[in-house]
Amino acid sequence: MTIVFGIFLLTLLVITALGIVHTRNLFVAVMLLGIFSLLIALNFFILDAADVALTEAAVGAGISTVLFLGALALTSERERLGTRHRWLSLAVVASATLVVLYATFDKPRFGDPNAPVHQHVAPWYLEKTPEYVDIPNVVTAVLGSFRGYDTLGEVFVVFTAGIGVLFLLSSRRGGANHRPPGERDASGIGLREHVIPRVVGRLLVPFILLFGLYVQFHGEYGPGGGFQAGALIAAAFILYALIEGEDRTLAAVPQRWLNALMVGGALLYGGVGLAGIVLGSNFLDYSVLGADPVAGQHLGIILIEAGVGMTVTGTLLSIFHAFAARDRA
Amino acid sequence: MMDLILDVVSWALLSAGGVFVLIGGIGALRMPNLYTRMHAASVTDTMGAVLVLTGVMLQAGLSLATIKLAAILLFLLVTSPTASYALASAALLAGIKPDAGHAADEATDS
Repeated sequence: MTIVFGIFLLTLLVITALGIVHTRNLFVAVMLLGIFSLLIALNFFILDAADVALTEAAVGAGISTVLFLGALALTSERERLGTRHRWLSLAVVASATLVVLYATFDKPRFGDPNAPVHQHVAPWYLEKTPEYVDIPNVVTAVLGSFRGYDTLGEVFVVFTAGIGVLFLLSSRRGGANHRPPGERDASGIGLREHVIPRVVGRLLVPFILLFGLYVQFHGEYGPGGGFQAGALIAAAFILYALIEGEDRTLAAVPQRWLNALMVGGALLYGGVGLAGIVLGSNFLDYSVLGADPVAGQHLGIILIEAGVGMTVTGTLLSIFHAFAARDRA
Repeated sequence: MMDLILDVVSWALLSAGGVFVLIGGIGALRMPNLYTRMHAASVTDTMGAVLVLTGVMLQAGLSLATIKLAAILLFLLVTSPTASYALASAALLAGIKPDAGHAADEATDS
Protein backbone atom coordinates (compact mmCIF):
# COMPACT_ATOMS: atom_id res chain seq x y z
CA MET A 1 0.00 0.00 0.00
CA THR A 2 2.89 2.35 0.82
CA ILE A 3 4.25 1.72 -2.67
CA VAL A 4 0.92 2.69 -4.29
CA PHE A 5 0.74 5.91 -2.25
CA GLY A 6 4.40 6.60 -2.96
CA ILE A 7 4.01 6.19 -6.72
CA PHE A 8 0.85 8.33 -6.67
CA LEU A 9 2.54 11.13 -4.71
CA LEU A 10 5.73 10.98 -6.78
CA THR A 11 3.67 11.19 -9.98
CA LEU A 12 1.93 14.30 -8.64
CA LEU A 13 5.36 15.61 -7.67
CA VAL A 14 6.68 15.23 -11.23
CA ILE A 15 3.54 16.90 -12.64
CA THR A 16 3.95 19.81 -10.21
CA ALA A 17 7.65 20.12 -11.08
CA LEU A 18 6.82 20.25 -14.79
CA GLY A 19 4.18 22.89 -14.02
CA ILE A 20 6.77 24.98 -12.14
CA VAL A 21 9.19 24.80 -15.06
CA HIS A 22 6.49 25.46 -17.64
CA THR A 23 4.70 28.45 -16.15
CA ARG A 24 5.88 31.94 -17.01
CA ASN A 25 3.98 33.51 -14.12
CA LEU A 26 6.24 33.51 -11.09
CA PHE A 27 3.30 33.90 -8.71
CA VAL A 28 1.88 30.62 -10.02
CA ALA A 29 5.35 29.07 -9.74
CA VAL A 30 5.56 30.07 -6.05
CA MET A 31 2.15 28.52 -5.33
CA LEU A 32 3.19 25.35 -7.16
CA LEU A 33 6.41 25.26 -5.14
CA GLY A 34 4.29 25.30 -1.98
CA ILE A 35 2.27 22.36 -3.30
CA PHE A 36 5.53 20.63 -4.26
CA SER A 37 6.79 20.99 -0.68
CA LEU A 38 3.54 19.63 0.77
CA LEU A 39 3.69 16.63 -1.57
CA ILE A 40 7.29 15.85 -0.68
CA ALA A 41 6.40 16.25 3.01
CA LEU A 42 3.62 13.66 2.57
CA ASN A 43 6.16 11.42 0.87
CA PHE A 44 8.54 11.76 3.81
CA PHE A 45 5.67 11.02 6.14
CA ILE A 46 4.62 7.76 4.48
CA LEU A 47 8.29 6.75 4.64
CA ASP A 48 8.04 7.25 8.44
CA ALA A 49 10.33 10.29 8.44
CA ALA A 50 7.99 12.44 10.51
CA ASP A 51 10.70 14.88 11.65
CA VAL A 52 11.77 15.67 8.09
CA ALA A 53 8.13 15.88 6.97
CA LEU A 54 7.39 18.43 9.68
CA THR A 55 10.41 20.52 8.69
CA GLU A 56 9.54 20.37 5.02
CA ALA A 57 5.91 21.35 5.61
CA ALA A 58 6.80 24.23 7.96
CA VAL A 59 9.78 25.62 6.07
CA GLY A 60 9.13 24.57 2.47
CA ALA A 61 5.41 25.09 2.21
CA GLY A 62 5.05 27.80 4.85
CA ILE A 63 7.95 30.17 5.35
CA SER A 64 9.60 29.87 1.91
CA THR A 65 6.30 30.68 0.20
CA VAL A 66 5.96 33.85 2.26
CA LEU A 67 9.58 34.82 1.57
CA PHE A 68 9.16 34.14 -2.17
CA LEU A 69 6.03 36.30 -2.20
CA GLY A 70 7.98 39.00 -0.37
CA ALA A 71 10.63 38.82 -3.08
CA LEU A 72 7.99 38.89 -5.84
CA ALA A 73 6.45 42.02 -4.32
CA LEU A 74 9.82 43.72 -4.96
CA THR A 75 10.16 42.50 -8.54
CA SER A 76 7.78 41.48 -11.30
CA GLU A 77 5.61 38.41 -11.38
CA ARG A 78 6.40 37.70 -15.03
CA GLU A 79 9.42 35.59 -15.80
CA ARG A 80 11.80 37.24 -18.25
CA LEU A 81 12.09 35.25 -21.42
CA GLY A 82 15.61 34.07 -21.93
CA THR A 83 15.99 31.90 -25.01
CA ARG A 84 19.69 32.09 -25.71
CA HIS A 85 21.17 29.02 -24.05
CA ARG A 86 18.07 26.86 -24.06
CA TRP A 87 19.52 23.96 -26.02
CA LEU A 88 22.67 23.99 -23.95
CA SER A 89 20.66 23.85 -20.69
CA LEU A 90 18.42 21.13 -22.10
CA ALA A 91 21.48 19.07 -23.04
CA VAL A 92 23.03 19.52 -19.58
CA VAL A 93 19.80 18.59 -17.79
CA ALA A 94 19.17 15.63 -20.09
CA SER A 95 22.65 14.19 -19.60
CA ALA A 96 22.42 14.69 -15.81
CA THR A 97 19.04 12.91 -15.85
CA LEU A 98 20.55 10.01 -17.80
CA VAL A 99 23.40 9.70 -15.30
CA VAL A 100 20.95 9.72 -12.36
CA LEU A 101 18.73 7.17 -14.09
CA TYR A 102 21.75 4.97 -14.74
CA ALA A 103 22.77 5.28 -11.09
CA THR A 104 19.33 4.17 -9.89
CA PHE A 105 19.92 0.71 -11.40
CA ASP A 106 22.52 0.10 -8.70
CA LYS A 107 20.26 1.19 -5.86
CA PRO A 108 18.94 -1.41 -3.43
CA ARG A 109 15.27 -2.29 -3.64
CA PHE A 110 12.76 -0.08 -1.81
CA GLY A 111 12.74 -1.03 1.88
CA ASP A 112 15.48 -3.62 1.51
CA PRO A 113 16.75 -4.40 5.05
CA ASN A 114 20.17 -5.32 3.65
CA ALA A 115 20.66 -1.94 2.00
CA PRO A 116 23.99 -0.33 3.02
CA VAL A 117 22.18 2.59 4.66
CA HIS A 118 20.54 0.20 7.10
CA GLN A 119 23.77 -1.70 7.80
CA HIS A 120 26.27 1.10 8.33
CA VAL A 121 25.85 3.13 11.56
CA ALA A 122 22.05 3.12 11.85
CA PRO A 123 21.86 -0.15 13.85
CA TRP A 124 24.47 1.19 16.27
CA TYR A 125 22.44 4.39 16.82
CA LEU A 126 19.24 2.39 17.35
CA GLU A 127 20.97 0.08 19.77
CA LYS A 128 22.94 2.64 21.77
CA THR A 129 20.42 5.50 22.01
CA PRO A 130 18.53 3.96 24.97
CA GLU A 131 21.82 3.34 26.75
CA TYR A 132 23.68 6.61 26.11
CA VAL A 133 20.94 9.20 25.65
CA ASP A 134 17.76 7.47 26.77
CA ILE A 135 15.19 9.44 24.81
CA PRO A 136 12.45 7.86 22.68
CA ASN A 137 13.08 9.87 19.50
CA VAL A 138 16.27 8.44 18.01
CA VAL A 139 16.26 11.14 15.31
CA THR A 140 16.75 13.84 17.94
CA ALA A 141 19.47 11.80 19.64
CA VAL A 142 21.34 11.40 16.34
CA LEU A 143 20.84 15.04 15.37
CA GLY A 144 21.62 16.61 18.70
CA SER A 145 24.12 14.30 20.29
CA PHE A 146 25.76 11.68 18.09
CA ARG A 147 26.07 14.04 15.16
CA GLY A 148 26.08 17.31 17.07
CA TYR A 149 28.87 18.70 14.87
CA ASP A 150 26.67 18.44 11.77
CA THR A 151 23.80 20.23 13.46
CA LEU A 152 26.18 22.91 14.73
CA GLY A 153 27.25 23.38 11.11
CA GLU A 154 23.61 23.65 10.02
CA VAL A 155 22.92 26.30 12.65
CA PHE A 156 25.92 28.29 11.45
CA VAL A 157 24.71 27.93 7.85
CA VAL A 158 21.30 29.37 8.85
CA PHE A 159 23.05 32.11 10.82
CA THR A 160 25.33 32.95 7.88
CA ALA A 161 22.37 33.02 5.50
CA GLY A 162 20.60 35.43 7.83
CA ILE A 163 23.62 37.72 8.00
CA GLY A 164 23.97 37.60 4.22
CA VAL A 165 20.34 38.54 3.58
CA LEU A 166 20.51 41.31 6.18
CA PHE A 167 23.63 42.73 4.52
CA LEU A 168 21.96 42.70 1.11
CA LEU A 169 18.44 43.86 2.01
CA SER A 170 18.46 45.58 5.34
CA SER A 171 17.55 49.25 5.09
CA ARG A 172 18.48 51.42 8.01
CA ARG A 173 15.47 53.01 9.57
CA GLY A 174 15.73 56.79 9.57
CA GLY A 175 17.86 56.77 6.40
CA ALA A 176 16.89 57.93 2.95
CA ASN A 177 14.05 55.41 2.81
CA HIS A 178 12.32 56.65 5.89
CA ARG A 179 8.80 57.98 5.56
CA PRO A 180 6.68 59.72 8.17
CA PRO A 181 4.11 57.37 9.71
CA GLY A 182 1.17 59.14 8.09
CA GLU A 183 2.37 58.47 4.56
CA ARG A 184 2.49 54.71 4.82
CA ASP A 185 0.59 52.99 2.05
CA ALA A 186 -1.72 50.01 2.46
CA SER A 187 1.12 47.46 2.41
CA GLY A 188 2.48 48.92 5.64
CA ILE A 189 -0.62 48.44 7.72
CA GLY A 190 -1.41 44.87 6.75
CA LEU A 191 -5.00 43.72 6.81
CA ARG A 192 -6.15 45.97 9.61
CA GLU A 193 -9.26 46.93 7.63
CA HIS A 194 -10.36 43.33 7.13
CA VAL A 195 -12.20 42.23 10.24
CA ILE A 196 -12.56 38.50 9.57
CA PRO A 197 -8.90 37.60 8.84
CA ARG A 198 -7.87 39.88 11.66
CA VAL A 199 -10.11 38.31 14.29
CA VAL A 200 -9.28 34.76 13.20
CA GLY A 201 -5.59 35.55 12.86
CA ARG A 202 -5.37 37.10 16.31
CA LEU A 203 -7.16 34.05 17.65
CA LEU A 204 -4.69 31.68 16.00
CA VAL A 205 -1.37 33.39 16.79
CA PRO A 206 -1.20 32.24 20.46
CA PHE A 207 -2.07 28.68 19.50
CA ILE A 208 0.61 28.60 16.80
CA LEU A 209 3.14 29.93 19.32
CA LEU A 210 2.04 27.31 21.85
CA PHE A 211 2.34 24.57 19.24
CA GLY A 212 5.79 25.89 18.32
CA LEU A 213 6.92 25.65 21.93
CA TYR A 214 5.41 22.16 22.16
CA VAL A 215 7.35 21.06 19.07
CA GLN A 216 10.48 22.67 20.51
CA PHE A 217 10.41 20.93 23.88
CA HIS A 218 8.73 17.72 22.79
CA GLY A 219 11.45 17.00 20.24
CA GLU A 220 13.03 14.37 22.48
CA TYR A 221 9.81 12.38 22.69
CA GLY A 222 8.14 12.88 19.33
CA PRO A 223 8.76 14.42 15.94
CA GLY A 224 10.05 17.94 16.33
CA GLY A 225 12.94 20.01 17.51
CA GLY A 226 14.53 23.38 17.08
CA PHE A 227 14.32 23.72 13.30
CA GLN A 228 10.60 22.94 13.10
CA ALA A 229 9.78 24.99 16.19
CA GLY A 230 11.77 27.95 14.91
CA ALA A 231 9.85 27.88 11.65
CA LEU A 232 6.49 27.61 13.47
CA ILE A 233 7.23 30.47 15.87
CA ALA A 234 8.46 32.62 12.99
CA ALA A 235 5.24 31.73 11.12
CA ALA A 236 3.14 32.97 14.05
CA PHE A 237 4.91 36.33 14.01
CA ILE A 238 4.68 36.55 10.22
CA LEU A 239 0.92 35.95 10.46
CA TYR A 240 0.75 38.72 13.04
CA ALA A 241 2.71 40.98 10.70
CA LEU A 242 0.37 40.20 7.81
CA ILE A 243 -2.79 41.04 9.73
CA GLU A 244 -1.61 43.81 12.04
CA GLY A 245 1.07 45.42 9.94
CA GLU A 246 4.80 45.11 10.13
CA ASP A 247 5.41 48.13 12.37
CA ARG A 248 3.30 46.68 15.19
CA THR A 249 5.20 43.39 14.94
CA LEU A 250 8.48 45.25 15.14
CA ALA A 251 7.12 47.15 18.12
CA ALA A 252 6.28 43.84 19.82
CA VAL A 253 9.55 42.12 18.91
CA PRO A 254 12.15 44.72 17.88
CA GLN A 255 14.87 43.94 15.38
CA ARG A 256 17.58 44.00 18.05
CA TRP A 257 15.80 41.18 19.89
CA LEU A 258 15.81 39.21 16.66
CA ASN A 259 19.52 39.91 16.21
CA ALA A 260 20.07 38.81 19.81
CA LEU A 261 18.10 35.61 19.12
CA MET A 262 20.15 34.87 16.00
CA VAL A 263 23.50 35.43 17.68
CA GLY A 264 22.40 34.04 21.04
CA GLY A 265 21.22 30.73 19.57
CA ALA A 266 24.48 30.10 17.73
CA LEU A 267 26.47 31.18 20.80
CA LEU A 268 24.40 28.95 23.09
CA TYR A 269 25.07 25.95 20.86
CA GLY A 270 28.79 26.70 20.66
CA GLY A 271 28.87 27.48 24.39
CA VAL A 272 27.37 24.10 25.27
CA GLY A 273 30.08 22.53 23.14
CA LEU A 274 32.80 24.51 24.91
CA ALA A 275 31.31 23.67 28.31
CA GLY A 276 32.06 20.05 27.44
CA ILE A 277 35.75 20.94 27.02
CA VAL A 278 35.84 23.05 30.19
CA LEU A 279 34.34 20.21 32.22
CA GLY A 280 37.04 17.90 30.98
CA SER A 281 35.69 16.08 27.96
CA ASN A 282 35.39 16.63 24.20
CA PHE A 283 33.70 19.44 22.29
CA LEU A 284 29.94 18.82 22.17
CA ASP A 285 30.14 15.89 24.57
CA TYR A 286 27.16 16.51 26.85
CA SER A 287 27.77 13.57 29.16
CA VAL A 288 29.77 15.70 31.60
CA LEU A 289 27.12 18.42 31.90
CA GLY A 290 24.89 16.60 34.39
CA ALA A 291 25.22 14.46 37.48
CA ASP A 292 25.33 11.29 35.40
CA PRO A 293 26.03 10.92 31.64
CA VAL A 294 22.37 10.36 30.66
CA ALA A 295 21.14 13.45 32.56
CA GLY A 296 23.97 15.41 30.95
CA GLN A 297 22.88 14.25 27.52
CA HIS A 298 19.28 15.31 28.26
CA LEU A 299 20.39 18.76 29.42
CA GLY A 300 22.77 19.20 26.48
CA ILE A 301 20.13 18.23 23.91
CA ILE A 302 17.52 20.58 25.43
CA LEU A 303 20.05 23.45 25.42
CA ILE A 304 21.30 22.94 21.87
CA GLU A 305 17.75 22.48 20.57
CA ALA A 306 16.85 25.77 22.24
CA GLY A 307 19.86 27.32 20.49
CA VAL A 308 18.72 25.93 17.14
CA GLY A 309 15.19 27.23 17.70
CA MET A 310 16.41 30.69 18.67
CA THR A 311 18.69 31.05 15.65
CA VAL A 312 16.08 29.76 13.20
CA THR A 313 13.33 32.03 14.61
CA GLY A 314 15.58 35.08 14.63
CA THR A 315 16.95 34.46 11.15
CA LEU A 316 13.61 33.74 9.46
CA LEU A 317 11.94 36.77 11.04
CA SER A 318 14.89 39.03 10.22
CA ILE A 319 14.76 37.92 6.58
CA PHE A 320 11.00 38.52 6.49
CA HIS A 321 11.35 41.99 7.98
CA ALA A 322 14.19 42.81 5.59
CA PHE A 323 11.96 41.97 2.62
CA ALA A 324 8.97 43.80 4.09
CA ALA A 325 11.02 46.93 4.82
CA ARG A 326 12.24 47.03 1.22
CA ASP A 327 8.67 46.63 0.04
CA ARG A 328 7.58 49.75 1.86
CA ALA A 329 10.57 51.87 1.01
CA MET B 1 -20.90 -6.18 17.36
CA MET B 2 -20.09 -2.65 18.48
CA ASP B 3 -16.89 -2.75 16.46
CA LEU B 4 -18.78 -3.82 13.38
CA ILE B 5 -21.26 -0.94 13.70
CA LEU B 6 -18.42 1.53 14.22
CA ASP B 7 -16.60 0.16 11.19
CA VAL B 8 -19.71 0.41 9.00
CA VAL B 9 -20.50 3.95 10.14
CA SER B 10 -16.93 5.15 9.71
CA TRP B 11 -16.74 3.44 6.30
CA ALA B 12 -19.93 5.24 5.23
CA LEU B 13 -18.62 8.58 6.52
CA LEU B 14 -15.25 8.14 4.79
CA SER B 15 -16.89 7.17 1.49
CA ALA B 16 -19.32 10.09 1.67
CA GLY B 17 -16.41 12.40 2.47
CA GLY B 18 -14.52 11.02 -0.51
CA VAL B 19 -17.52 11.67 -2.76
CA PHE B 20 -17.72 15.28 -1.56
CA VAL B 21 -13.99 15.80 -2.15
CA LEU B 22 -14.44 14.37 -5.65
CA ILE B 23 -17.40 16.68 -6.34
CA GLY B 24 -15.37 19.62 -5.08
CA GLY B 25 -12.46 18.68 -7.33
CA ILE B 26 -14.63 18.27 -10.42
CA GLY B 27 -16.37 21.57 -9.65
CA ALA B 28 -13.07 23.38 -9.20
CA LEU B 29 -12.00 22.16 -12.64
CA ARG B 30 -15.28 22.61 -14.51
CA MET B 31 -16.83 25.80 -13.12
CA PRO B 32 -16.55 28.84 -15.41
CA ASN B 33 -14.99 31.56 -13.25
CA LEU B 34 -13.12 32.17 -10.03
CA TYR B 35 -16.04 32.70 -7.64
CA THR B 36 -17.98 29.67 -8.82
CA ARG B 37 -14.78 27.60 -8.67
CA MET B 38 -14.21 28.73 -5.09
CA HIS B 39 -17.82 27.85 -4.33
CA ALA B 40 -17.25 24.32 -5.62
CA ALA B 41 -13.89 23.91 -3.90
CA SER B 42 -15.37 24.94 -0.55
CA VAL B 43 -17.27 21.63 -0.51
CA THR B 44 -13.89 19.91 0.00
CA ASP B 45 -13.05 22.10 2.98
CA THR B 46 -16.38 21.76 4.74
CA MET B 47 -18.34 18.58 4.07
CA GLY B 48 -15.34 16.64 2.77
CA ALA B 49 -13.09 17.47 5.72
CA VAL B 50 -15.81 17.02 8.36
CA LEU B 51 -16.93 13.63 7.04
CA VAL B 52 -13.43 12.24 6.47
CA LEU B 53 -12.12 13.41 9.85
CA THR B 54 -15.20 12.12 11.69
CA GLY B 55 -14.75 8.78 9.95
CA VAL B 56 -11.10 8.62 10.98
CA MET B 57 -12.05 9.63 14.54
CA LEU B 58 -14.44 6.67 14.76
CA GLN B 59 -11.57 4.42 13.65
CA ALA B 60 -9.24 5.89 16.27
CA GLY B 61 -11.68 5.36 19.15
CA LEU B 62 -11.35 7.18 22.45
CA SER B 63 -7.68 8.09 22.42
CA LEU B 64 -5.27 10.99 22.14
CA ALA B 65 -5.45 10.67 18.35
CA THR B 66 -9.16 11.50 18.41
CA ILE B 67 -8.52 14.67 20.42
CA LYS B 68 -5.83 15.68 17.93
CA LEU B 69 -8.19 15.00 15.02
CA ALA B 70 -10.93 17.05 16.70
CA ALA B 71 -8.44 19.89 17.12
CA ILE B 72 -7.50 19.65 13.44
CA LEU B 73 -11.21 19.70 12.50
CA LEU B 74 -11.87 22.76 14.64
CA PHE B 75 -8.81 24.45 13.15
CA LEU B 76 -9.97 23.68 9.60
CA LEU B 77 -13.50 24.90 10.29
CA VAL B 78 -12.11 28.23 11.49
CA THR B 79 -9.31 28.74 8.96
CA SER B 80 -10.77 27.60 5.64
CA PRO B 81 -13.69 30.08 5.56
CA THR B 82 -11.20 32.80 6.51
CA ALA B 83 -8.90 31.77 3.68
CA SER B 84 -11.87 31.74 1.28
CA TYR B 85 -12.85 35.21 2.45
CA ALA B 86 -9.30 36.48 1.95
CA LEU B 87 -9.12 34.94 -1.53
CA ALA B 88 -12.48 36.32 -2.65
CA SER B 89 -11.68 39.72 -1.19
CA ALA B 90 -8.32 39.80 -2.97
CA ALA B 91 -10.00 38.80 -6.24
CA LEU B 92 -12.59 41.55 -5.84
CA LEU B 93 -9.83 44.09 -5.13
CA ALA B 94 -7.98 42.87 -8.23
CA GLY B 95 -11.03 43.81 -10.26
CA ILE B 96 -12.60 40.43 -11.00
CA LYS B 97 -16.36 40.97 -10.99
CA PRO B 98 -18.55 38.25 -9.46
CA ASP B 99 -20.66 37.76 -12.55
CA ALA B 100 -22.11 34.30 -13.08
CA GLY B 101 -22.82 35.01 -16.75
CA HIS B 102 -19.17 35.56 -17.59
CA ALA B 103 -17.38 32.67 -19.12
CA ALA B 104 -13.95 33.46 -17.78
CA ASP B 105 -12.12 35.73 -15.38
CA GLU B 106 -11.39 39.04 -16.96
CA ALA B 107 -10.40 42.02 -14.93
CA THR B 108 -13.22 44.46 -15.62
CA ASP B 109 -11.88 47.51 -13.85
CA SER B 110 -12.42 50.37 -16.24
